[in-house]
Amino acid sequence: MTEGPVGTGGPESFRGEIRDWLASHVPNVPLPSVDTAEGFERHREWERELAAARWSVVSWPARYGGRDATLAEWLAFEEEYYAAGAPVRVGQNGLFLLAPTLFAHGTPEQQDRLLPPMARADEIWAQAWSEPEAGSDLAAIRSRAVRADGGWLVSGSKTWSTRAAFADRAFGLFRTDPAAERRSVSKHRGLTYLLLSLRAPGVNVRPIRQLGGGTGFAEIFLDDVFVPDADVVGAPGDGWRIAMSTAGHERGLSLRSPGRFLAAADRLVALWREAADPADSAMRHRVADAWIGARAYHLHTMATVARLSPGGGAGSEKSVPGAEASMGKVFWSQLDLALHETALDLLGPHAELRGDPWLEGYLFALAGPIYAGTNEIQRTVIGERVLGLPR
Amino acid sequence: MSEFAAILHDMLGAAGVPDAARRWADGDRAPGLALWRRLAALGVTGLAVPEKRGGLGASPADLVAACAELGHHAVPGPVAESVAAVPALLSALDEGALDDTVLDDPAAPGEWLTRLADGELIATLAVPPRLPFAADAEAAGLILLAEGDVVQVGTVPGMGTVAGMGTVAGMGTAVASRRSVDPARSLSLVAGQRVLARGAGPAVARAFELGTLACSAQLLGAGRALLEASVRHASTRAQFGRPVGSFQAVKHKLADVAIGLEFAGPLLDAAAAALAEGSATAARDVSAAKVVCCDAAARAASAALQVHGAIGYTAEHDLSLWLAKVRALVPAWGTQAEHRDRVMAELAGGVSS
Repeated sequence: MTEGPVGTGGPESFRGEIRDWLASHVPNVPLPSVDTAEGFERHREWERELAAARWSVVSWPARYGGRDATLAEWLAFEEEYYAAGAPVRVGQNGLFLLAPTLFAHGTPEQQDRLLPPMARADEIWAQAWSEPEAGSDLAAIRSRAVRADGGWLVSGSKTWSTRAAFADRAFGLFRTDPAAERRSVSKHRGLTYLLLSLRAPGVNVRPIRQLGGGTGFAEIFLDDVFVPDADVVGAPGDGWRIAMSTAGHERGLSLRSPGRFLAAADRLVALWREAADPADSAMRHRVADAWIGARAYHLHTMATVARLSPGGGAGSEKSVPGAEASMGKVFWSQLDLALHETALDLLGPHAELRGDPWLEGYLFALAGPIYAGTNEIQRTVIGERVLGLPR
Repeated sequence: MSEFAAILHDMLGAAGVPDAARRWADGDRAPGLALWRRLAALGVTGLAVPEKRGGLGASPADLVAACAELGHHAVPGPVAESVAAVPALLSALDEGALDDTVLDDPAAPGEWLTRLADGELIATLAVPPRLPFAADAEAAGLILLAEGDVVQVGTVPGMGTVAGMGTVAGMGTAVASRRSVDPARSLSLVAGQRVLARGAGPAVARAFELGTLACSAQLLGAGRALLEASVRHASTRAQFGRPVGSFQAVKHKLADVAIGLEFAGPLLDAAAAALAEGSATAARDVSAAKVVCCDAAARAASAALQVHGAIGYTAEHDLSLWLAKVRALVPAWGTQAEHRDRVMAELAGGVSS
């Protein structure tokens, strides 16, 4: 599919190596929920174990703790990771959203300073996009950063910040040119991409209990929080363009690799073999559709990878362009729900029992059509930018 | 799009296909048959014919690319039959590679293959019970009937003798055939006339897979054409002082159509690759492709009709040609239920992706 990786014997040997490592390292008992203080730290320890064996960021350059893996190898890693039932990636916001942005827009100093602790989970990142009055209309954000000596003073509030309850740092967009906001045609201007410490003076984090009971996201209140110039990504005022490149990563290839859906589809088929009434053709056909959907997503991703290759790893500038990524986002979020809803229907009255992986996965999947840009926003993007329909 | 598909697309775009389809529906097949001769000149009818019989010996992937274009332009005639399934069946018989096959007329398959590639012959077939009717038998110079592992040269009772040779145009009357929802398509029950081969089960099975693949590709191409027509219409038709395509309800409906078509393509390509490699999962992969191509095309058709509104409900508007084609092909070459069951039969055995 693509040229061989650095330092290994090709994609299949790469796959074999990660499979063997996972088989001897994945915890036998699932870790406590990542959305509890204890679970968060247990997941951080797991990330450190991955990092020590150089499995935490395979697609990154070796100097940052990676293996210079090709996209095809990264996908193989993802398939093996989810097939092995390995823990949730607690560092996912940083690894899959911030890191691609830093590779594309960060300075060498920022890359050298920020990427290694991210790879080791010494610094776990939360995202700080949404605000109480800026959800789907992200450019309506009001949190401000005003010029200070050697940096910026940030004030305002962010919400639905994934992992913020326990994370160390956060990245997000802040308004640095209030005049631009008043010119309504240009509210996308005057925004700046900033990195801040959640431990800094003036930061107050309030965890939010989610539908499933965990505190997977939080509100962040900011009161004159100092951000040094070194923690501005890209040029001040250019934050929207930079954030949109990150949004493309979130919607597309990097956040939702096909591995997790293939693994879920295989588990669904296994459950069907065990639990289904053979005469129930409607159920059989739903399982077929879910399995076909997972395979379609996998094949589509592989075709995209083949089109984008040759090139560097997934960490470099080679993710799916935004508008096309929107199609993938709608597809995988609906697929994820279909896989889990079908499984719950197969489980019958047992489906309401908390703790069952299908139910917990379902509660997580419910958020898919909402986060990373709602599916309605994505459909509008597809209509206007893929199909060329009038605005 | 491959270079070949692009050439085909340009040729068909300039060939007046909608008019040929309408005249085909009225019983005047001359423009449609002229179109088929032009397809033969480009090599389309010889794609699945081996090189030694004057064809291109092309891969299933090439067949997919071509049939998607034929579907895109709603070309009339027995496409999946004459371009894919019959050449696949005759090639297998011609190879004689199937140990148990007994051919009553060993020379016939090779001669027919040459004439298919040359565009002198159009063929159709029935494979009851899954494919109970032969499509467009009136236009075919060769009608085959595959039942179990026996392949016969068939005839449509009441339509006159079909010898498998001779002219292809205006062969019979429409009396013996039944009308399809697609006016440019007829359906005939076939009676066996003389046995061509026995013990041909594997050849028939492969022909069915390739016919299903070609039909799936036609559906995907038709779905794409329906989406394009919908986008064109929604961009120009104005109501409430705005193009209707600016309304979110319309935009989101068409976005879902685009997503369905986008994610069907890779399954079709994977099925073609599985058939080319003789993979053990080929039947599963072909069925998965048929399921998603049908669903994607049906969604495109229903959205296209809704977006066009009343004008789309008229026989005058060309949209009807594609709407009818999709409705006709969805249940052909195995129903959705049969194909989902084939996928699950494979998965029940524990085989995975």
